[in-house]
Amino acid sequence: MRKIISIVLLSIIAIGIILSIAEIPFGKPKMKVGKYYIDKGVKDTGATNIITSVVVNYRGFDTLGEVTVLFIAAVGVGAVLVTAEKKQKERVTEKASLVLSTGCRFLFPLILLLGAYIFVNGHLTPGGGFQGGAVIASAFLLFYMGCRWKRINKIKAQALESLGGLVFIITGLLGLIIGNYFMMNFLPKGIPNQLFSAGIIPVIYIALGCKVGSELAGVIDNMIEESE
Amino acid sequence: MIIVYLLVLLMLAAAIAASVFKDLLSAVIAACLVSLIAAILFYFLQAPDVAMAEASIGAALVTAVFIVAIKRTKRHEE
Repeated sequence: MRKIISIVLLSIIAIGIILSIAEIPFGKPKMKVGKYYIDKGVKDTGATNIITSVVVNYRGFDTLGEVTVLFIAAVGVGAVLVTAEKKQKERVTEKASLVLSTGCRFLFPLILLLGAYIFVNGHLTPGGGFQGGAVIASAFLLFYMGCRWKRINKIKAQALESLGGLVFIITGLLGLIIGNYFMMNFLPKGIPNQLFSAGIIPVIYIALGCKVGSELAGVIDNMIEESE
Repeated sequence: MIIVYLLVLLMLAAAIAASVFKDLLSAVIAACLVSLIAAILFYFLQAPDVAMAEASIGAALVTAVFIVAIKRTKRHEE
C-alpha cells in the first residue's frame, strides 16, 4: 500500500515537473539580464570568465550568503562531533599501504598547487574560490588517508578561515566606503586576460579559496578524528 | 554525441545500483560514480565551473563523509 501511494505521489510530481519544463525551449536565453552579462561583463568587471564576474561582482552579496551557509554548516559539524573530553590515548595508526602512502606524498603538493591555481586564476579560466577550496580539501583528504599519523594544525586552519572571511567582508565594506554600494569594484580593472586585472575579484577569490579550503579540511579532520 | 547517451545510461545504471545494493560501501561507490558522470556531462554541456565543483565535492568529499559514517555504523543493510 505504501509503495503504491509513493509511486502515485512521485508520478504526480514528475508530471508537474514535465509540464512546467516543457514550455521552455532548451538552451535558449529567456532573460535579458543573461544577455547583458555576456555582452557587457568583460567591459564592466574586467574578468574574462563571465561566471566569475556574475558570482563575485554582480551577485557578490549572494556569494557572501553562500559562504555564511558553508560556515554555519562547518560550525555545526564541529559542534556535533566535539567530544566532551578529548581521548588522549595513543591513536591506532595502522599504516596505509605503500602505494597509497607514496602516492599521497607525491600527489599532495601537486593537488594543493592545482587548487591554488584554480582560485588564483578564477577571473581568467573556469573555476574559482569554491572549486579551488574543494580541490584543496580533497588534497587534505588524500593526505589523511595516506599519512594517517599526521594532522593539520587546527588553530592555524581556523585562523586562516577567519582571515579569509574578514578579507571578504572588509573588501566589500571598502567598496561601500569608497563608492556607494557594497562590494563595488574600486580597484583598477586593468587589461582583460592578465593575471593582475579585474579589480577586487582576485582578492576576494583568493580569500574565498583559503576560507573554503580550510573550512572543508576542518570538517574532514573532525569526521576522521571521530571515526578513529 | 553517442558518448553522451552512453554516459547517461551508465549514470542511470549506477543510480539504480546505488539504491538497490545491500552492501552500503558498494552503494556509496555507485553514488560516487553518478557524481563523476554528472561532472563529465556538465563539461559536455559547457559548464566547466559546475563540473569542477561536482567532481571535487560530489565525488571526493561526499564519498569520504559517507565512508566515515559507514565505518562508524554498519556496513550491511538488513
